[in-house]
Amino acid sequence: MLLKRIIPCLDTAGGRVVKGTHFRELLDQGDPVALARAYSEDGADELTFLDIDATPQGRATLIDVVEKTAHAVFIPLTVGGGIRELDEIRTLLRAGADKVSIQTAAVQRPQLITEGARAFGSQCIVVAIDAKRVAGNGWMVFTHGGRNSAGLDPVGWAVEAQRRGAGEILLTSIDADGTRAGYDLELTRAVADAVQIPVIASGGAGHPKDLEAVLTEGRADAALAASIFHSRAYPIPQVKAYLAAKGIPVRV
Amino acid sequence: MIALIDYGAGNLRSVENALARLSATAIIAALPEDLSRARAIIFPGVGAAAPAMAALRERGLDQAVMAAIRDGVPFLGICLGMQLLFESSAEDGAACLGLLPGTVERLKTQEKLPHVGWNTLEHVRPHPVLEGTEGEAFYFVHSYVVVPRDSDVSAGETTHGVPFVSAIAHQGLVGVQFHPERSGSAGLRLLENFLRFANVEAAA
Repeated sequence: MLLKRIIPCLDTAGGRVVKGTHFRELLDQGDPVALARAYSEDGADELTFLDIDATPQGRATLIDVVEKTAHAVFIPLTVGGGIRELDEIRTLLRAGADKVSIQTAAVQRPQLITEGARAFGSQCIVVAIDAKRVAGNGWMVFTHGGRNSAGLDPVGWAVEAQRRGAGEILLTSIDADGTRAGYDLELTRAVADAVQIPVIASGGAGHPKDLEAVLTEGRADAALAASIFHSRAYPIPQVKAYLAAKGIPVRV
Repeated sequence: MIALIDYGAGNLRSVENALARLSATAIIAALPEDLSRARAIIFPGVGAAAPAMAALRERGLDQAVMAAIRDGVPFLGICLGMQLLFESSAEDGAACLGLLPGTVERLKTQEKLPHVGWNTLEHVRPHPVLEGTEGEAFYFVHSYVVVPRDSDVSAGETTHGVPFVSAIAHQGLVGVQFHPERSGSAGLRLLENFLRFANVEAAA
């Protein structure tokens, strides 16, 4: 049976992992590779690096981090944040990323999804969708870190992304992100029911029960989370043990 | 020396990295003569069957792979690299290498396709390359599966709504539908098993 994936997200800036994690000693050493290895050994099913500054200099350092991580960690590695061009995708894949996540650029130029899927295969093109609730009318897609409305419905946009060759959807609820009050289950379910490709839910995890809810009620195929793992609150083995006890198939 | 087949589409980096972890060095084989010296071959295929076969033919690698396999060089096909060993693929009707009887078909399942993520391997029969991997989870990314005509070829199965063949073995040929290079410690174990299997075969 296909197992539900648990994916820690590591924010990077200037090639370093930022934000506190419970692997404090590794973070203090400024060693994202050791941090990635620690999460892998903890049972992460995949790792996502999200480049939050995405400056040219930061990108060069990120590529170095991806290369070193790919040498040390043998689980799928996704890299996202500010990717706009086919050449950037190629460089990241060559550095050892298994997938790239594209968001704002995919909205601005949907052809990038098609071109990326054609050049490198759907399996490595993840389309990230940031969605926010709008009064009385479901959700809207936002870009530029949640600042600009794209004028798109996330369900329709996910279907379009799939049609263009996206291999997975990384769906973030802007409303839930950072609240630790649970994922937006309704949003996740609406998108997961509309597409055939896997949906990775993101934003709002504060307790293992939130992951349980999004993987069952929300029909997500994978749950991405950051602070729940970075703080000492719920390490991955504890989250997975909780999910397994609830009858959710996970890799333990 | 292990040769990694490079037909221009695949990203060989992760397999190279995994072999490096196991202290094995590989050469990238983009030409037929690169394969003639190989003591073992790993074929990590990605993408669709038809363009991969076209690229292999264009480089003369199809004949070189078949010659090496007939000579008994141990071979590990990964994902598309296993599928291409069969006669043909329903994925754009591509004619494949035909080293094993059977076809490649789209998985007939009610579950989501592509089948992406970690799923468990159940052994159908013991094989040295699969040693210590019974019930272990591996990382899959695919929609098509091999359907061997000779059921003895199957060595392992996985279930995604329906069971399908996820590992095959026939003499020096081994194939897996999943990606051992992306399957954590279980994947490294399988690759290590293959290296051991290959050395034994080469010495024999």
